[in-house]
Amino acid sequence: MTAPRTLFQKIWDSHVVSSNDDGTCILYIDRHLVHEVTSPQAFEGLRMTGRKVHRPQATLAVADHNVPTSHDRAKGIADPESRLQVDTLTKNVKEFGITYFDMNDKRQGIVHIIGPEQGMTQPGMTIVCGDSHTSTHGAFGALAFGIGTSEVEHVLATQTLQQKAAKSMRITVKGDLHPGVTAKDVVLAIIGAIGTAGGTGHVVEYAGEAIRGLSMEGRMTVCNMTIEAGARAGLIAPDETTFAYLKGRPMAPQGEDFDKAVAYWKTLVSDEGATYDKEVVLNAADIAPQVTWGTSPETVAPITGTVPDPASVEDEGKKSAMLRALDYMGLQAGMKLTDVKIDKVFIGSCTNGRIEDLRAAAAVAKGRKVAGGVYAMIVPGSGLVKAQAEEEGLDKVFIEAGFDWREPGCSMCLAMNADKLEPGERCASTSNRNFEGRQGRGGRTHLMSPAMAAAAAVTGRLTDVREL
Amino acid sequence: MQKFTVLKGTAAPLPMVNVDTDMIIPKQFLKTIERTGLGKYLFNDMRFTPEGAEKPEFVLNKEPYRHASIIVAGDNFGCGSSREHAPWALLDFGIRAVISTSYADIFYNNCFKNGILPVTLPKEAVEELMQDAKEQVELTIDLEKQQVVGGNGKTYAFDIEPFRRKCLLDGLDDIGLTLVYEDKIAAFETAQKNTQPWLYS
Repeated sequence: MTAPRTLFQKIWDSHVVSSNDDGTCILYIDRHLVHEVTSPQAFEGLRMTGRKVHRPQATLAVADHNVPTSHDRAKGIADPESRLQVDTLTKNVKEFGITYFDMNDKRQGIVHIIGPEQGMTQPGMTIVCGDSHTSTHGAFGALAFGIGTSEVEHVLATQTLQQKAAKSMRITVKGDLHPGVTAKDVVLAIIGAIGTAGGTGHVVEYAGEAIRGLSMEGRMTVCNMTIEAGARAGLIAPDETTFAYLKGRPMAPQGEDFDKAVAYWKTLVSDEGATYDKEVVLNAADIAPQVTWGTSPETVAPITGTVPDPASVEDEGKKSAMLRALDYMGLQAGMKLTDVKIDKVFIGSCTNGRIEDLRAAAAVAKGRKVAGGVYAMIVPGSGLVKAQAEEEGLDKVFIEAGFDWREPGCSMCLAMNADKLEPGERCASTSNRNFEGRQGRGGRTHLMSPAMAAAAAVTGRLTDVREL
Repeated sequence: MQKFTVLKGTAAPLPMVNVDTDMIIPKQFLKTIERTGLGKYLFNDMRFTPEGAEKPEFVLNKEPYRHASIIVAGDNFGCGSSREHAPWALLDFGIRAVISTSYADIFYNNCFKNGILPVTLPKEAVEELMQDAKEQVELTIDLEKQQVVGGNGKTYAFDIEPFRRKCLLDGLDDIGLTLVYEDKIAAFETAQKNTQPWLYS
């Protein structure tokens, strides 16, 4: 009888092509997502060495980081560097025979939104992309992680990676979430609890009633931000919620194949008695809506709280980081978070740009108005999310309330296109990183859920959505 | 890839925790389609004013640190985005090694693909080497011997995975190494196609 294995071990074991003495393996990669920012040098490397793409059908490409989100984008990209990068991808996919959703394709969107949306992301797969938020796909019980450009080239050339197995960690969120508390709040609370390096070297498997109770969209939000806890990947064992989501999607198995796939997918759970290198347990009941106050995702607090005091921190490194963060963010220790006024609102990103996120924001926006002096933008995660939202009339709710309803892309999550904060501007954002300058040099980011961001939009300050 | 054997050079002290890849190279410089030329943007927002003037207080704007080949930094160096532009910018500036207590996984991996050695040492050792760096003591990093030599000749042994060490020492091309296993990859695909045909339809 074989020893009990974790879900991670099962996926890992089933993808090892070869292993050497020190445990470094050649790991087979089932699916590869490609975008314009981290791929040009990889394709150039193939050209320089005369190598081919090993299995073009296993790769899907899309331009998302640089694309404008304005309504006139069919006219093209104004910024010459952004345009060159997107044009380079267009040229590369053609040369190497890779499936590509161009900027004007209805299926275009953020790479981590479109993979699941198309049914490309499936349980038990290994999935990589030159993008740290590849962890998103772990929501389906796929081993998915971000890689650098050299590794993008490696996967293109060989459909494999040289990897060593990560350590395993289980994070259990027990019980049920309070009303008004979402997947975003759960993952922010987790990062607050374990820190931005809490998961380093580990693959995290999420468990517990609160996780099981999440929709696929919510699970993707949790796995997406697993990288902000430093972990290599996040995993949630597939279940009926997963199978129902996948059924009928264009790239998912069809007909009899789907039933066969489900039978296999059902085996993708950690065995009874499997052990983890690290275990963390949180109670769902203890989690309130969260907002970040600093410049690292671990600098998070319940919206009911205050900006913490660096004087109370003993570790010198942490204390100086806190002082720097408060200075950058223009906040004083002890002030109530609900007293923090905002200038902009960004709802979108691979963390929170899916239909359920837009529904949650629209539920708050309905019948209300964006506060005076606040600019609030909604950027759907993909063309299909946008179309779905418009079918449900969400666009009208947002426009009526004074939000700017835009075209899909990464947008102000990282501000590589024209959407960015000006120095000193403060933003309520549903994205994933509040690093210095992330949304624009000198810009100040507060991370939160879509409902919380919509609440901030209508009041003009950080707000507990439960009190609206 | 450039080999890494023994490095002796100036170490710049950067006593900050959680130095993220957005700090190492901000997003506006990711629009390049080249690997080279990014050194001038390394730590852009910390190094230059919005107008492009040097900030004199930033370590890499001071002598002798302008010529540093090593950075000594706080915990969790390189967290955040997977952008390989971060090691490309470090390398183009002239940095061949980083010393810290810990690194984010993707950044750590990316370093090895570019001939940069990320040295992991315990907190006390990093603090001592940080002090050496502040005192402008040249450090020596010997990958063969797996040790750092600091001020007064004090040595610090470090761990590194044997395979990564070999690749750096010999400057090996990963893809070339993997392609030796082409037959095994093909056999894997044949077997997988039999058990999970939907992955190939």
